[in-house]
Amino acid sequence: ISVEALKPSDTFPRRHNSATPDEQTKMAESVGFDTLDSLVDATVPKSIRLKEMKFNKFDGGLTEGQMIEHMKDLASKNKVFKSFIGMGYYNTHVPPVILRNIMENPAWYTQYTPYQAEISQGRLESLLNFQTMITDLTGLPMSNASLLDEGTAAAEAMSMCNNIQKGKKKTFIIASNCHPQTIDICQTRADGFELKVVVKDLKDIDYKSGDVCGVLVQYPGTEGEVLDYGEFIKKAHANEVKVVMASDLLALTVLKPPGEFGADIVVGSAQRFGVPMGYGGPHAAFLATSQEYKRMMPGRIIGVSVDSSGKQALRMAMQTREQHIRRDKATSNICTAQALLANMAAMYAVYHGPEGLKAIAQRVHGLAGVFALGLKKLGLEVQDLGFFDTVKVKTSNAKAIADAAIKSEINLRVVDGNTITAAFDETTTLEDVDKLFKVFAGGKPVSFTAASLAPEFQNAIPSGLVRESPYLTHPIFNTYQTEHELLRYIHRLQSKDLSLCHSMIPLGSCTMKLNATTEMMPVTWPSFTDLHPFAPTEQAQGYQEMFNNLGDLLCTITGFDSFSLQPNAGAAGEYAGLMVIRAYHLSRGDHHRNVCIIPASAHGTNPASAAMVGMKIVTIGTDAKGNINIEELKKAAEKHKDNLSAFMVTYPSTHGVYEEGIDDICKIIHDNGGQVYMDGANMNAQVGLTSPGWIGADVCHLNLHKTFCIPHGGGGPGMGPIGVKKHLAPFLPSHPVVPTGGIPAPENPQPLGSISAAPWGSALILPISYTYIAMMGSQGLTDASKIAILNANYMAKRLESYYPVLFRGVNGTVAHEFIIDLRGFKNTAGIEPEDVAKRLMDYGFHGPTMSWPVAGTLMIEPTESESKAELDRFCDALISIRKEIAEVEKGNADVHNNVLKGAPHPPSLLMADAWTKPYSREYAAFPAAWLRGAKFWPTTGRVDNVYGDRNLVCTLLPASQAVEEQAAATA
Amino acid sequence: SNVLDGLKYAPSHEWVKHEGSVATIGITDHAQDHLGEVVFVELPEPGVSVTKGKGFGAVESVKATSDVNSPISGEVIEVNTGLTGKPGLINSSPYEDGWMIKIKPTSPDELESLLGAKEYTKFCEEEDAAH
Repeated sequence: ISVEALKPSDTFPRRHNSATPDEQTKMAESVGFDTLDSLVDATVPKSIRLKEMKFNKFDGGLTEGQMIEHMKDLASKNKVFKSFIGMGYYNTHVPPVILRNIMENPAWYTQYTPYQAEISQGRLESLLNFQTMITDLTGLPMSNASLLDEGTAAAEAMSMCNNIQKGKKKTFIIASNCHPQTIDICQTRADGFELKVVVKDLKDIDYKSGDVCGVLVQYPGTEGEVLDYGEFIKKAHANEVKVVMASDLLALTVLKPPGEFGADIVVGSAQRFGVPMGYGGPHAAFLATSQEYKRMMPGRIIGVSVDSSGKQALRMAMQTREQHIRRDKATSNICTAQALLANMAAMYAVYHGPEGLKAIAQRVHGLAGVFALGLKKLGLEVQDLGFFDTVKVKTSNAKAIADAAIKSEINLRVVDGNTITAAFDETTTLEDVDKLFKVFAGGKPVSFTAASLAPEFQNAIPSGLVRESPYLTHPIFNTYQTEHELLRYIHRLQSKDLSLCHSMIPLGSCTMKLNATTEMMPVTWPSFTDLHPFAPTEQAQGYQEMFNNLGDLLCTITGFDSFSLQPNAGAAGEYAGLMVIRAYHLSRGDHHRNVCIIPASAHGTNPASAAMVGMKIVTIGTDAKGNINIEELKKAAEKHKDNLSAFMVTYPSTHGVYEEGIDDICKIIHDNGGQVYMDGANMNAQVGLTSPGWIGADVCHLNLHKTFCIPHGGGGPGMGPIGVKKHLAPFLPSHPVVPTGGIPAPENPQPLGSISAAPWGSALILPISYTYIAMMGSQGLTDASKIAILNANYMAKRLESYYPVLFRGVNGTVAHEFIIDLRGFKNTAGIEPEDVAKRLMDYGFHGPTMSWPVAGTLMIEPTESESKAELDRFCDALISIRKEIAEVEKGNADVHNNVLKGAPHPPSLLMADAWTKPYSREYAAFPAAWLRGAKFWPTTGRVDNVYGDRNLVCTLLPASQAVEEQAAATA
Repeated sequence: SNVLDGLKYAPSHEWVKHEGSVATIGITDHAQDHLGEVVFVELPEPGVSVTKGKGFGAVESVKATSDVNSPISGEVIEVNTGLTGKPGLINSSPYEDGWMIKIKPTSPDELESLLGAKEYTKFCEEEDAAH
C-alpha cells in the first residue's frame, strides 16, 4: 500500500464542494467549455487573476479530525474564570433543551431571513414571542425583532431622537452611568449625523441650551445603582427632550418598567436570557418604543396579518422602510438581525415563564444582597443606593483585591483605584459568594457564610421601584415549562420552516452554502462560550491565537494588510470601512472630502451607510449590459475630484458579472483622490481567483455569514469584519474597555472609536469561518470559487431556453450568480416574480432573491456546495413552472385563478371539504415526482402584506382574540 | 391610467388643483398604480411651508416608500387626516378623497412651469416605455 493511502481519510473539501472532477468536466462541457478551468479563464478577467494563493498556515487544509484536535488545543488555552464583571454581559444557564434543539440544530440555524412568510411561520412565531417579551418587560408597546448589540441599539435610539426632532436639535446627552462601550459607540456614531454627544453626571444634566434632542440613561446603572427616573423624565419632557433608557431584562422582572416612567425608547441586551457570553457575542439586543414612533423604529419587525383564506398568519412588517428601498433616504443601515439569539432568548422566557424568571431575578438579587451585607460586616464601604444585581464597593486598593480574586479564578470589575463592582448572575452560587468574602477579607478570618447571612437580607430595591404590573401573561409563556412540552413546542415551530435541511436556498447575493457540522461544533464548547468579553486577555489565549491566525488568513485571501474583527454584520462593516476612510482623509487635513460615488446597482445598504457617515452621495448609472458606466464614473470622479472621499463597488457586480475594467475603475478613483470601498457580498466568486486588494480596493468588508460559512440563523447572526490596505490600518476601530485594533497590529494606531459593544464583535462564531478556511486550505477554497461559478453557469444554461438570462460577461458566461427575467410574463400571463416564488414552495423550494437588483426578476445563486442532482431538481421545478405559465399564456388557465396565483397550497386548503379552484388538488400539491417521496408543506396560504401593514399588530394577540375580530374593530 | 383635465402635474407625479387662494395637492392615478396598495401616509403639520420640488411627506406601499414633492411653494393650511385611518383612499380616489394637503401658494406663477393633462399623459407614456 502507498504511504499516501495511509494518510487520514477524513478530508473536508470533497464534503463541501459538491462536484467531483468527472462531474466538473461534464458540467463545463454542457456550457461549452472543455474543462472547468477554461470556463473560469473565460469568466474572470485576465487582468485581475491571481497566480496563486498561499497560506502561511493550513495551506494544505486540515482534516475534520485534525481540525477538532486543533480547536481543542485552542479551547484549552482559554481559562474560564467566574465572572462578576457585569457591564452588560452575564453568565447564564443555557437550558440544555434550547442548546441542543435550537443553538445546535441546523433546522433553526440554517434558515434564511423570513421574507417568504408561508414557509417561515415557526420562527416568525418565536420572534413575535421575543417582541411580546420585550414589550411586556419594558412597558412600551412596540419592539423590533432584535438589533446587533446593546451599544449599537443605543446609537440607533440616538438617531431616532434626532429624526423625531427632525434634525433640528443637535445635542444628545448621555448620563455617565451608562456602560463605557455604549457611550463610546454613540460618540463614534454621532459624528456622521453632526450630533454633539455630551457625557454628564446625572445630577448635572440640564437642557438650557434648547438644542437637546434626547438623553440616554441606564437603569440599573453600570455600577449597579437603581434610581427613580420619574422626575428626571418629567423634566426632560417639559423641555421637549426624548428619553432613552438602557435597561436589563432580568432586572425588569422585579423593577418598575421604563414605560411606566414615561421613557420614549428602551434598549438593552437579551443575552442573559439563555444566550452564552461567548467572549462578546452574538446576542440579541432590543429596542422598544411607543406607538407614536413605531414607523421610525430601525430593524426588522414581525407583524400579524392574515393569509389568503383569512386565517391569522405572521410576516415581516413595514419592509419598505428597509434601506434597500429607501437607499440614501434610509435613516439606518440595519439589515441583519440576531434572529437565532432572539429565538433562544424568547424560548428561555417561554421555558421559565413569568414566575420562573422572577424567581431567578430574586435569587440573583438575594445573592447580591447577601454579598453586600457580608462586605459591610467585613468593614468595607458598600454603596448605599438601591441595587439589583451589582454591588459597588469602595476600597483603598481595588487593584490588590482584583488580583487576589484572579488567584481564586474570579474576575471582578475595577472601576477605578478605589472602586470595585461585583455583578451576580443566574450561575452564581452560595459557595461563590463565600469565596468572594475570602477575597475581600484579605486573609482575615471570615466569621460568617453566605448561607448564615441569608435570613438577614430583605430587599435592596427602593419600595417605589418594585414592579407591580404583570408580564408574560400570554398562554405561550405559561404552558411549556416541562422539558417535554418545550421540546415539542420547539419541534412544532421548526417543522413549519424550510431550511437547508430540506433543500437548496438559492438566494442571489446571500450565499447560502454548507454550514458544516465540524465548523459548528466548537461554537458550543464551554471554553469558548463562557468567557466574558472584558476578561483579561491572558485568560483568552485560545481566542487570541485564533484571532491572529484568522486575521492572517483573511489578509492572504483579500490581499489586505490588516483586519478588524469588530463589525457584527455586513452593513456594520460598510459603516466601519467608510469611517476608516473618513478618518484617513481627516488625518491628512482633507476635511472637505465627503463625496461618495455609488452605482445605482449597489446594495441599498451602501448609500444608507454612506449617509450615516455624513457623506454626500453621487449616484452613477449602469450601461445596457448592467456594467458600471465607466465614462459616467470618470466624469463624476473628475467633477468631484477636490471633494471625492470614496467609491463603493461590489465585485463581481450585483448583476452577477465579472466586469471588465474594474482595475481601471479603481485607478480613476485613486487618481482623483478617492478611496475604493469594496462591498464583499460577492466575495464567494473571488476567493483564490482574485482579491479586493489585488484589484485595487483600499477597504472591504467580508460577510462571514455568506462566503465563510457562518449560518444565516433565520435572520442573523452575521459578521462583517473589514480588511484594509496598510495606509488605512492605523484607523481601525478600538474599544474603550479592552483596547484593540488591526490584526496584524499596525504602527501608530489612531483608532476611529468603536463600532460594536464587544472588542472582537461576535467572537463566538468566528471558529466557524476559521475552521472552514483551515479545513479547505488554499486549494479547496479556490476550487470552491470555481465550482460556484460552474454551478451558476450550469443552471443558467439549463434555464436559458425557458427564461431570458439578463446579464452576462464578455464571453457569454455569468459569475457565481445570475438573473432570470420574468418581466415579460406580466403582460403575457399576469404573472409576477412573487407568484413564481410562492409556487416554488409547492415544489419544496425557497424562492431566489426577488426583484433585486432589477425589478421583475429573480436572482439565483447556487453556491459550490449544492450537488448537480439538487441543481437539476431546482431547474426542473423552474422549468415545470414555466410550463404552468405557458398554460396561462395559451388561455388554458385563468389569468386570475391559476395554480401560480393560488400558491402556495397548504394542507388546510387542500384538505378542506370545499375545493373551488379550476385545477386539481393533486396537481396543486404534487407537481413533481420527488414530492411523492417527501414533501415540505407550507403551513399557510399566501400572506396578505397589505392587510398587515394597514393594521399593524406586533405582539401576540390575546388567545381569545381572533385576528378577524381585530379586523372588524379596525375596519 | 386616469389623467384629469384642468389639473396641473409635476414630473414627480403629483397633481395640483388651484381654486381661488387655495391649492390642493395629491399624487396621480399613475403614481398610485405604480406604487400598489398604499399602507401608510406621512403628512406634514398644518402651518409649515412647502417648497416647489421638495418633499413634504411620503407614501408607503408594500412595494416601496416614496417621498411626495410639492409641485408649488406655499404654506400648508389643511392636511387630509382621513388618510391616517384609510390610506387606501389614495388608491381608490387619488384625485378626490385621496388628496393630501391644501396650501396657500406663495408664488402662484410656479403653476405655469407644470405640465398640463396632455403633456403629463405623454410624459407617463414615455417614462413607462423607457423602463
